[in-house]
Amino acid sequence: MAPARRQTKSKYTLDRGMPGAFEGETVTRRRFMTGTVHGAGMLMTAGFTLPALAFAFGPIFQNVTLGWQTVGYPDDFPDNNYVPVVITTAPGIGEAGKSTVYLRTRDPAVDTQPLTQYNRWVAVTSRCSHLGCSVLWVEAAERFICPCHGSVFDLEGVRVAGPAPRPLDRFYTRLFEGQVQVGPRYSVNTELRAFSPRDPGEPLDGIGQYAYPSRPSVRKLPGNV
Amino acid sequence: MASKPTQKRGFKLPLPAPPLPPQLEPLPPPPGTQRGRPHTPLEHAAEAGKSVVDWVDERTSLSGAARWMMFRKVPKGTNWFYTLGSATMIAFLSQAVTGVFLAMYYRPDASGGAYESIRYISTSVFLGNFVRGMHRWGATVMVVLVFLHMARTFVWGAYKYPRELNWVIGVVLLILTMVMGFTGYLLPFDERSYWATIVGVNINGTGPIVGPYLSDFLRGGPEFNATTLSRFYAIHMLIVPGLLAALIGAHLYLVAKLGTTAPPWIKAKSTEPELLEETA
Repeated sequence: MAPARRQTKSKYTLDRGMPGAFEGETVTRRRFMTGTVHGAGMLMTAGFTLPALAFAFGPIFQNVTLGWQTVGYPDDFPDNNYVPVVITTAPGIGEAGKSTVYLRTRDPAVDTQPLTQYNRWVAVTSRCSHLGCSVLWVEAAERFICPCHGSVFDLEGVRVAGPAPRPLDRFYTRLFEGQVQVGPRYSVNTELRAFSPRDPGEPLDGIGQYAYPSRPSVRKLPGNV
Repeated sequence: MASKPTQKRGFKLPLPAPPLPPQLEPLPPPPGTQRGRPHTPLEHAAEAGKSVVDWVDERTSLSGAARWMMFRKVPKGTNWFYTLGSATMIAFLSQAVTGVFLAMYYRPDASGGAYESIRYISTSVFLGNFVRGMHRWGATVMVVLVFLHMARTFVWGAYKYPRELNWVIGVVLLILTMVMGFTGYLLPFDERSYWATIVGVNINGTGPIVGPYLSDFLRGGPEFNATTLSRFYAIHMLIVPGLLAALIGAHLYLVAKLGTTAPPWIKAKSTEPELLEETA
């Protein structure tokens, strides 16, 4: 067993019998000096540690918005088949910052998501919601198929088979100066209700939306779209 | 040794002295007195080296520490399994050295420079492919050895009192080794590295509550971007090697201080009944 701890002296100077002590006094000259020096040392260390930590953890809190990117004309996109287009998700790093988005015109007979100003064209991400591999749209089967772990999604991007926890993410779309534009990404739960973008692997049904909260770094467009 | 000719008053003869006759030459040293003295140039060099070491040792007392570390007592039954820890450390040192040489050529540039620099190392640098291969396979070797060492410590029961802290440090070292493997995997920045990192960071995001923020921290943002490679490079080169070196130092110090355990099949000798009676 550990040796018995040393008895600490009482913090009241009266108990320690120091001359000139009064009731309730705790600050001695020694304590004041050491406390001041320690405080100054902590201020100094904080002076270079806190900015460095803020620098390292800053990206968690910094909001990053991707603007709208033009991808084509309304006639380029049929309503029964997806057309792949390439957008830039991270500028400045060439091919590594590009991603594929599957685009088609909204078909009222098929799409269960209510029509808003931002989903006249349905833009579905190629990033599988299981762990992020690229899914392939197979027209003959009318399914998105992920080669990594076998997740399969239907025409709306809703999971049909495999380990994916939620449907494929979507992008806002709009018509701008006669051309279709793709905007920020948003995540959907199985009822295709829009949420702030989540990473792959995070479910959004039921408790999932609270267990995997939205992040300050990227949000869906304000309002109930 | 030649002796000088007798000085004539006012006249110096600047000529070398004639050789002495054999009877007047100085006697050779008695036997047994010349043993420790350096004679050959090699022995002189060794003596010089020893003086340098003595000079440092007198001012640091490092030889005591070295003796404490190297000439420890080990229990009966110590076998080859006990070398796994040192083997892991040698693998780490190999990784560190090859990593430093790779870092002299590597460029952490996400827009193509990283891939280019690795291609240059593999094809154009003298022994570049060899050093890169050592680093790449050394990573696998190190992970395998770390697990074997951990298994040996567990099966031997060498985590029990007073070595619990050593076990905890060892587990932290294991996690740091995994982090090194994860961050280093991205650095070649080819297709496999990129997608493995995407998937790996997303796996981190599946942890509840903290996961999404951890993913953001690793990537440096909500998407894989230009700073992700730089972050992984800084973690791989600076943060984790520093922590690894410090914790390996602590781990080794505790091993030397606490000593190693005997294998579980070595039983301690029980005291004889006569001895107990004598102390009664």
